[in-house]
Amino acid sequence: MAVAAEERLHVERKKPRPLSTNSAIAHAVKDLDVDVVAAYPITPQTTVVEKIAEFIADGELEAEMVHVESEHSALSATVAAALTGARAFTATASQGLELMHEILHIASGLRAPIVMSVAMRALSAPISIWNDHSDVMNARDTGWIIFFVSSAQEAYDTVIQGYRIAEDSDVLLPVMVAYDGYVMSHTMEPVVTEDRDSVLAYAPKRSFPYKLDPEKPVTLGALADPDWYYEIKYQIVEAMRRALGKAREADEEFGRRFGRKYGLVECYMCEDAKSLIVAASSYAATLKAVLPRAWEEGVKVGLLRLRLYRPFPEDLVVDALSRVDSVLVIDRAISYGAPYQGPLANEFSGLILKHGLGVNLVSVVAGIGQRRMVDDDFLKLARLAWEARTVRKPETIFYGVRK
Amino acid sequence: MSSEGSLPAYYEIPPGGAILEPGSSLKYKTGSWRVLRPIINQDKCVRCRLCWVYCPDAAILELDEEYVTSKGRRYKITYKVNYDYCKGCGVCARECPVNAIEMVPEPIGGEE
Ligand code: SF4
Ligand code: SF4
Repeated sequence: MAVAAEERLHVERKKPRPLSTNSAIAHAVKDLDVDVVAAYPITPQTTVVEKIAEFIADGELEAEMVHVESEHSALSATVAAALTGARAFTATASQGLELMHEILHIASGLRAPIVMSVAMRALSAPISIWNDHSDVMNARDTGWIIFFVSSAQEAYDTVIQGYRIAEDSDVLLPVMVAYDGYVMSHTMEPVVTEDRDSVLAYAPKRSFPYKLDPEKPVTLGALADPDWYYEIKYQIVEAMRRALGKAREADEEFGRRFGRKYGLVECYMCEDAKSLIVAASSYAATLKAVLPRAWEEGVKVGLLRLRLYRPFPEDLVVDALSRVDSVLVIDRAISYGAPYQGPLANEFSGLILKHGLGVNLVSVVAGIGQRRMVDDDFLKLARLAWEARTVRKPETIFYGVRK
Repeated sequence: MSSEGSLPAYYEIPPGGAILEPGSSLKYKTGSWRVLRPIINQDKCVRCRLCWVYCPDAAILELDEEYVTSKGRRYKITYKVNYDYCKGCGVCARECPVNAIEMVPEPIGGEE
């Protein structure tokens, strides 16, 4: 009892301050004592690195800020910094993430333990600076650990968890922390930040074990002929498997130390639910506000919020799915010409088959290029999910498109 | 390179294929790639060192070997090709300012 009271006191002592998700991430970078930041400005990410530059200029963070001419170079420099043993960070969005694509594979292939934040944004053409998940969905098979976060606080906390996971010698994979551009990146929320000593005690710097060092020469990034390439890529498959346990452990330890934890997925109003909606980032937050209204009209739909996307927390998702009759998956990206045009829906379809689950799947594409979605739209989706218990919806529904 | 059966399993390879042994590329004899063999005409060669500079595989050797040309000119060094690593790209022949290097086809299926 005494311990619990003490813990509560400890948590209560910290006063939240108003921060946008972008600022919260910059604070995390400062509190993690990151050594190298290389970035190129792109909205809606820009204020992350602007804030970091301010911290460096004000002497609050001692780090090398590398100004580069493109995102391709930004990630290249970040990878190189990590391989010299530095704690390295970068941030991007949209076209920037696309331009990094080549280096995304190189970062994971070289096992560079970096963390990158992505303020998710739609892709050109036509030009859209608004939010959807097309950028990150295009990066999902690059060997990065991918988190979707739902609040500024969670963004702060997950960047910190990210380094603990990435730098673990059993993992050594880059981590992406993704959140909705504008809707979150530029919106103020109350955020508790932690002092650097506590953050570093939780996520001590563990530099790359084969770092570039003239005293101990190594070769990184050598040519791998057909006798070698496959094994080196397979190492990532195994590292991803281990990352799942490490992510769980990182979240639990974070909870013990700082009083906040999230789980790898979050099931909201799942008890007695007969149907689920799968959503990530800000949509999940909105659904939490809307679902009680659905239950009032007898639509017993829960929310399965995907927080960790890669590695996929299969057991937790299957467990949630095994207790419902239908699941509606909201995709904020389009997989053109695919069986379901929602990339997540395709994965859920595979999962349902793999585990022999008797669940009706509804694939919904929504919010493309930040097409407006208000509470009533989510209520409609909840009703659709509910209906799908008995009525099959075999085709992807493009919600809100003018037809 | 060893046969497939004796190659290490994925977990025996350092993460990301990091090579922890310096100079291990010496084990990889790129000379087996060669279809054209550079032959240096020692009489024509003026010891300018350009081939040594340009060779992408460091396969031109600069040796402290004396050489006297047919016209009696005496050189203290001799340039030779290390055929273990020369992959036959022809860059040296292209760069040689006095055309002292000739690219000669390797015998088909033949050994050095
Ligand atoms: S042919 Fe190419 S590899 Fe061989 S010695 Fe000349 S430059 Fe070097
Ligand atoms: S480039 Fe030609 S002349 Fe110069 S050292 Fe080589 S072979 Fe001799």
